[in-house]
Amino acid sequence: MPDAQNLDQFRRDTRAWLEANCPAEMRTPMQGDEDNFWGGRNAKFASDAQKVWFERMRDKGWTVPDWPTQYGGGGLDPAQAKVLREEMAAIGARSPLSSFGIWMLGPALLKYGNEQQKAEHLPKIARGEIRWCQGYSEPNAGSDLASLQTRAVPDGDDFIINGSKIWTSYANYADWIFCLVRTDASAKKHDGISFILFDMASPGVTTKPILLISGKSPFCETFFDNVRVPQSHVVGTVNRGWDVAKYLLQHERAMISGMGGRDGGRPLGQVAADSLGTDDQGRLDDPMLRGQIAAFDVDEAALACAAERAVDLAKAGQLHPAFSSAMKYYGTELNKRRHEILMSAGGIDALEWESERSHDGARARAWLRTKANSIEGGTSEVMLGIVAKRILDLPGA
Amino acid sequence: MALVLTEEQTMLRDSARGLIGDKAPIAHLRKLRDERDATGFSRELWKSFTEMGFAGLLVPEEFGGSGLGCVEAGVVMEEIGRNLTPSPFLSTAVLAASALARGGSDAQKKAYLPKIADGSLIAALAVDEGAKHRPTKIALQATRAGNGFKLKGAKALVVDGHVADLLIVAARSAGNPGDVDGLTLFLVDPKAKGVSIERTVMVDAHNAARISLDNVEVDTDHVLGEVDRGGALLEGVLNVGRAAVAAEMLGVADEAFGRTVAYLKERKQFGKLIGEFQALQHRAAHLYTEIEIVRAAVLKALQAIDTDPENAGFAVSVAKAKAGTVATLAVQEGVQMHGGMGMTDQFDVGLFMKRARVLQELFGDANYHAEALAAWKKY
Ligand SMILES: Cc1cc2nc3c(=O)[nH]c(=O)nc-3n(C[C@H](O)[C@H](O)[C@H](O)COP(=O)(O)OP(=O)(O)OC[C@H]3O[C@@H](n4cnc5c(N)ncnc54)[C@H](O)[C@@H]3O)c2cc1C
Repeated sequence: MPDAQNLDQFRRDTRAWLEANCPAEMRTPMQGDEDNFWGGRNAKFASDAQKVWFERMRDKGWTVPDWPTQYGGGGLDPAQAKVLREEMAAIGARSPLSSFGIWMLGPALLKYGNEQQKAEHLPKIARGEIRWCQGYSEPNAGSDLASLQTRAVPDGDDFIINGSKIWTSYANYADWIFCLVRTDASAKKHDGISFILFDMASPGVTTKPILLISGKSPFCETFFDNVRVPQSHVVGTVNRGWDVAKYLLQHERAMISGMGGRDGGRPLGQVAADSLGTDDQGRLDDPMLRGQIAAFDVDEAALACAAERAVDLAKAGQLHPAFSSAMKYYGTELNKRRHEILMSAGGIDALEWESERSHDGARARAWLRTKANSIEGGTSEVMLGIVAKRILDLPGA
Repeated sequence: MALVLTEEQTMLRDSARGLIGDKAPIAHLRKLRDERDATGFSRELWKSFTEMGFAGLLVPEEFGGSGLGCVEAGVVMEEIGRNLTPSPFLSTAVLAASALARGGSDAQKKAYLPKIADGSLIAALAVDEGAKHRPTKIALQATRAGNGFKLKGAKALVVDGHVADLLIVAARSAGNPGDVDGLTLFLVDPKAKGVSIERTVMVDAHNAARISLDNVEVDTDHVLGEVDRGGALLEGVLNVGRAAVAAEMLGVADEAFGRTVAYLKERKQFGKLIGEFQALQHRAAHLYTEIEIVRAAVLKALQAIDTDPENAGFAVSVAKAKAGTVATLAVQEGVQMHGGMGMTDQFDVGLFMKRARVLQELFGDANYHAEALAAWKKY
């Protein structure tokens, strides 16, 4: 079969290219958020290796391997993209660019954006030039997102936007925001929302960081005070933004569900053995913890199968659109369990908060951060509700 | 390989679903159970299985089968699970066929495989001895005697042991119980002198037997594979069986779940459908997610055996462990959400619970396979 042969050849080429181009430092697990490269106007590289790796991947279009080449992507088909993922995973290669543009906005623009919007924004996302943030949640619109109140009122060719958002991740570092605004206050709540893009440097936009329990504050309150935005920045149809929002959420959820796997973390069993030691048969010296880890490993390996299958189902046109909710739910609950086990394996050592030895409390902070996984992007309860109603078709209350 | 069924595999599933749903729905099992049928399965049904090519699925074409793979066998197992169908499919078409195809000499293959494919031979694999599945602990003794061996010992939970025309017995020919090496597989005639077979009526009304061997004589051409080195062959065959059982558990779980969801949509309490209660919705949604994850893990294991049998053990343990845990949860939730009706014999959901319990034990429960994973990952 010529196809399989081509794919084998692609695998060999990819492996060789990665071998030659991925710096050794970029094949180690990330220690904390600083090891992510987020791009943007004020982008800073943490190391030369990070810069080299990013630039080489960018030049091949492999920050977004499966986007069309005309928008800065790699133009790979799904099978090739899978091979690239597998080969990167095989050498533990870090992701060259972390980006809400890639994970969330890009797919929504590809589906709902007009040609001008695609040509304008997608290449900048692919090349890491513009860093995006997500303006969805409001103080009184969390799980009940569609009750959002931020208003956009027409004024000539523009909208004037007033209101505030909360939990805007990295709003203080972002260049642009994709934002849900209410454009028709009299319509039913889902029918009066628009999806709009604007520059965070626009007059009237301010942000204020929120400190999290992990001691970090990558989250902000975001305020809009008479922000002027061209109406042409609406993606899709005015008042039909909920469709775009939901589509984007599917991608966000799929992304969050895979987050545990992406940290390139060492196997739990090894981490635990390092800190607790092994018995004379090489078994972890804490039988109950060993059992917990083994049960965790079963679930994690099985989830990886499901994630792989979801990609294959999507390719075959058989994936239920709400399936990402199931995966988001499961992946985030599992990731929390993983970090509980890590804390348990680390014992007293994992409790350190400020010291060089502990990389500034990396393990404890990561543990605390994971507690948000089952809240951000829709809570576990909301995910279960979606599965119950949309997939299982249970009667709605 | 994509983790979805191909078109051919989907067609096979549909025909299995049609045949089994038609001829052997749960009422079929009930009837055999209530009549205390001595065979415990229907020969007529087995004939239909044979005609559809199911009996010879894993038998190579040169020996009269269709030479398909484990994915196909798993597809049939899932449908069997859905209907709780008693049949020699696992014992004969899956376990015996793969044992003979993998380990048999030319003469052995010629003697048995065509008969498996044409439905005239039923075979059973005898492995476990203690209360739990521990293949390395096999103690049934094989001592060299004359031109062959003498077998002495006992086996428990031999699926279809009481109706088998051929037994495949795992015995210890060297070393001590607990050693990985020193096992040999033998083809034993159940009518041979010294073999006694007792059907065990089990909780799930399916077929199994206790078998004891009292100095049973077998000659060397009835050794399957190599003397003392049968461990790897056995493990390979067990992996096929484990993946197949995992597929059956998937069928059990998915069907019990489907019936539960249907019940949530029809049963009213407090003036509402009980499916409107969020506490139940969330548990149903959780179960759905778990079952979809099992579905992927099972397919992965079946594919792994077909494409990379040497390294399939990991995927197989993941699938068997995960399927065991989730099938257990699915049947328990099934009974609970059916309320009092779930406890009645008249309602089918309890039958799923019983079958899941047996399948969980067969060839290693979730703990056994989690342990295997830990050993694999060296911690
Ligand atoms: C770290 C972090 C990063 C975030 N990043 C962003 C971002 O970048 N951009 C953005 O727009 N938003 C972001 N969010 C916001 C996030 O999407 C919301 O926090 C989330 O949707 C939940 O809303 P809420 O916090 O208002 O909780 P609430 O909606 O008040 O929920 C409180 C509790 O009630 C439960 N609950 C609510 N409704 C139901 C129901 N119908 N059935 C059962 N239980 C229910 C919830 O599950 C939860 O347990 C982030 C949040 C966090 C914590």
